[in-house]
Amino acid sequence: MTKFEPVLTRNTRYPDSEKIATYLAHGGYETARSAVKMQPDAIIEMVKRSGLRGRGGAGFPAGVKWGFMPTDAPQKIVAVNTDEGEPGTFKDREIVERDPHSVIEGVIIAAYAVGANRAYVYIRGEFFLGVKRWIKAIADAYEQGCLGKNIFGSGFDLDMSVHRGAGAYICGEETAMIESLEGKRGSPRLKPPYPAQIGLFGLPTLVHNIETLACIPHIVGRGPEWFAGIGTAESKGPKIFSVSGHVNQPGNYELPLGISLREIIYEYAGGMRGGRALKAVIPGGASTPMLTASQVDVPMAFETLKAAGSELGTGAIVVMDETTCMVEAACRLSKFFAHESCGRCTPCRVGSVRLYEILERIRRGKGQKDDIEFILEIARGIDGNTFCPMGAALVNPARSAIQHFRDEFEYHIANQRCPVSGKPN
Amino acid sequence: MAKMVSLTIDGRPVSVSEGTLIVNAAKTIGIDVPVFCYHPKMEPVGMCRQCLVEVGRPAIDRATGQPVIENGQPKINFGPKLETACTTPVSEGMVVLSQSDKARASQKEILEFLLTSHPLDCPVCDKGGECPLQNLTMEHASPQSRFLFDEKHHAEKRVPLGDKIWLDRERCIQCARCIRFQEQVAGEPVLAFYQRGRSTDIITSSEPPFDSIFSGNTTDICPVGALTTADFRFGARPWEMKAAASICSLCPVGCNVTFNTRREAKSRARTGTTTAGGKVVIKRAMPRQNEQVNEIWICDRGRFEWHYVEREDRLEKPLVKKNGKLEKVSWKVAIEEIGNKVKGNKEEVVVLASGRLSNEDLFNLKQLADGLGGEALLYDSLPGGELTTKYGVSAGTNIGDMGAGTTILVAASDLYHEAPIWHLRVKQAAERGATLIIVNSEATRLDKYAKHLVRCEKGEAAKKVRELGAAVKDAKNLVIFFGADGSSALAEACAELVKSRAGKPNNGLVGVWPRANDQGALELGFKPAQDLQAVFEKASVVYIVGADPIGDGAIKTQNVKRKPFIIVQELFLTETAKLADVLLPAQAFTERDGSYTSGERRVQRFYPAVPALGETKADYAITALIAAELGIEVEGRSAGLVMDKLAAAVPAFADITYGKLAETTEQWPIIGRADLYYGGTSYQNSQGLGVPLGRENKKAEEGSL
Repeated sequence: MTKFEPVLTRNTRYPDSEKIATYLAHGGYETARSAVKMQPDAIIEMVKRSGLRGRGGAGFPAGVKWGFMPTDAPQKIVAVNTDEGEPGTFKDREIVERDPHSVIEGVIIAAYAVGANRAYVYIRGEFFLGVKRWIKAIADAYEQGCLGKNIFGSGFDLDMSVHRGAGAYICGEETAMIESLEGKRGSPRLKPPYPAQIGLFGLPTLVHNIETLACIPHIVGRGPEWFAGIGTAESKGPKIFSVSGHVNQPGNYELPLGISLREIIYEYAGGMRGGRALKAVIPGGASTPMLTASQVDVPMAFETLKAAGSELGTGAIVVMDETTCMVEAACRLSKFFAHESCGRCTPCRVGSVRLYEILERIRRGKGQKDDIEFILEIARGIDGNTFCPMGAALVNPARSAIQHFRDEFEYHIANQRCPVSGKPN
Repeated sequence: MAKMVSLTIDGRPVSVSEGTLIVNAAKTIGIDVPVFCYHPKMEPVGMCRQCLVEVGRPAIDRATGQPVIENGQPKINFGPKLETACTTPVSEGMVVLSQSDKARASQKEILEFLLTSHPLDCPVCDKGGECPLQNLTMEHASPQSRFLFDEKHHAEKRVPLGDKIWLDRERCIQCARCIRFQEQVAGEPVLAFYQRGRSTDIITSSEPPFDSIFSGNTTDICPVGALTTADFRFGARPWEMKAAASICSLCPVGCNVTFNTRREAKSRARTGTTTAGGKVVIKRAMPRQNEQVNEIWICDRGRFEWHYVEREDRLEKPLVKKNGKLEKVSWKVAIEEIGNKVKGNKEEVVVLASGRLSNEDLFNLKQLADGLGGEALLYDSLPGGELTTKYGVSAGTNIGDMGAGTTILVAASDLYHEAPIWHLRVKQAAERGATLIIVNSEATRLDKYAKHLVRCEKGEAAKKVRELGAAVKDAKNLVIFFGADGSSALAEACAELVKSRAGKPNNGLVGVWPRANDQGALELGFKPAQDLQAVFEKASVVYIVGADPIGDGAIKTQNVKRKPFIIVQELFLTETAKLADVLLPAQAFTERDGSYTSGERRVQRFYPAVPALGETKADYAITALIAAELGIEVEGRSAGLVMDKLAAAVPAFADITYGKLAETTEQWPIIGRADLYYGGTSYQNSQGLGVPLGRENKKAEEGSL
């Protein structure tokens, strides 16, 4: 088992880890305190050198994003994305419930570096405890002088507040989140302009997932070289992997990027439940293509997963054992996307539903002869043709399931029942 | 001048100004990229994905910054994904392929998606025959559905969004054109999406529902039959109808419209308010493009309030009063009766006409009045309105061109209700940066676009306008819309501000008249009527045309000591008509040709849409008959010939002929029946854009009739 000293989750071992007293007692806000006296450009340079890539799913280099923020704009905003909705992912919830101050500290440093004096937190509406923790943490941070006017006597001001989402997966997409923050219907915006040019309320906006922000104090405090020393060539730093499904110990595991999927499943998550055989794994949340048992040695990093035909996504690992019907798995995941399509563009709005309906009829033993080809054709019609990246995401479950387990689909259609359970589902 | 960018689309070179979207660049060379959500009058959104095309850009050598040349040609890099032609601006050297296999495949896929949830009730759909979805399906889509019938999406088919517009949720393809029209064009965001994904619906968020005077336009730009008007719903199939160009007669904007007509089956007893069996009737009014007047929009009044011309109680035969009762007679008898009565009373003849009459009608009436040595009075116009003939806006004026640098003053007028399309265009000018100043005693819907809002008591607008003097002096352009505020002081105060700008395009006065052709009447020398009661009591013969002063209370007959001989020319038996000694039935503007002069001093032609009712005659022809009886020569054979006489007599109208009025030039956006998905069902203008009155306003004033 790889020995790894937790970074992002280091505080969660203490009781009352969400409290500001706990955070301060373990060196909290010290990095921010010194950061606000540094040159902003120097901080951006550190983030660039660290190789940090966004943890929200797209993996965009964080330092590059900071560099996009205009230097001459009088008002800028940092938007904090806690709209964790990707099925299988529960890392952000843990961070906000158990260590919200580590994120606030990251926000302070980021806001200072890009010259923003306002931060908005957008949190998934169903995170009831998370909302409470956010509000309390921000209030406490104000009280301690970590937020508000003249933070740490540096002359830098930062205000921060929390906005609850109303239950839409798409609001995790940065421009949809911005629309929602503005009080509008949550659907993505046309890009360009990108949020760094015209974002929330028309102002340049830096949008980050909270796990990304939680990395910032460590990069600035321990140095970018330390951070870049963890991980692989193109994937640096620690990562929280949410492991769920047919394992003995599902949960969040903070490990260095580049660790193998096998090690996570068998060493950390306690191996397969009931000793059954592994059948398939979704490595990065519902929107990433599935991998098979034969691919379980893949290192969990952006570049290696891409080479394996999938993506790191949010790092949410969904493990499926031999008792899983792949048609049903694809069907359920597709149902989620059909339900969550915002309806803005035709291929996603209609295509997602059609995709689900065909999978559903195969699952029920009512599949038609050409349905597999039909699914693949619909997937082609959606992927690349949609307004936002959700189109590419929503076809992944069905397409990868067919790619790896086509015989199961064929069996369903030919025999009107499931090869795994032996009956129609 | 914007920088020009050269590119090729489907192998054809085109050069357009920088920032032009691919879809529009294609349109300029006659390539129609299919669209549903894109509309040239609104911001692009890239929602429907129908316009996906392959886009290649020249490869640039990073070291030199020069294009990479391969085999003597610039190397073109195509992206992995298709791009939406409606959101992608052109760039130098771009290569667009709208008909490549990849582009065609995606166009077909999007159509298939749209059709899987479309009811395909084309045989009973109002849009069938002029439907973008239908046309694009015929052109691009697969003839066979691969989806199971049982899995079809079903939704409510009869949802009234308001009194005037109905929604069929099954037909809706969620392109948001209606929502965006209300938001961006009308400035009344009363429609919205509700729910999400496949359940996305259009709802209205206003109370009363769909509260907008522009609501009918959403049915024109709806690319399917989802939005229909309560008025026309299931009224006729598009291909059964003929089209007649006309001008809306309800306000001084002069919106270009097209009346669609159909001969009703003999068995069809009633249509709307008339007995229709076997008759040709108007089925609907549609906008007709005139970018200088109404663009491609009309208001709901123009779209729905023409029905009065088909009312059952229209006058059909001349009537003469005998023993206190109006009796039907022949034209000959009626005209002779007038001749007998008027011949002895020439010097005290008063012609009282309203601005609902055409230029030709008014010219003939003026000729008659002059011939008899009588007076020609304009009924119920704006006090001081005659100043517009001197300081009205000049040729070359277009609200659509106004923006930063132009100041628009709206004084004592509620454009939203009095001239809705002016409201819409002034609002857009303000959004483009024009300085809007509003002086009014009451709140109007335009207020929120005003830079300066001046509230005043009724009757005080003139004072407030005078106080503005210095504030508007330096404006590059100044246009003033004025309404009624008690006296002519307001018009005078407004005229004072624009005096020095006379003859300059985009400068001058615009009267927000109560009727369509008040401007024309004044240009032709009619005097605004003042103290009608005194006029009425003094005159021996009163010839009232298109006006109801008694019904309106402008003349109180109970106090009249000596009743003059009254000739009334009307469509209906109004209160004034009841008092007539001779009552002459006139044709409605939909039954004849003629021209109106808009408040912006643009002369525009209208054409007959339906056959004339009964024995009715055109107003100008009736006046000519009376004139002939009285020995005065007035042209009455055709409206065009009257216009020739008019143009020769009135300098402002010099050179205007019916031929000139019917001329058109290409307009942007290019809309039309060939390509309904781009601009909507608004009609292309092939019947005339009209002619602005001459700049030489002074001459008009000096010229006598």
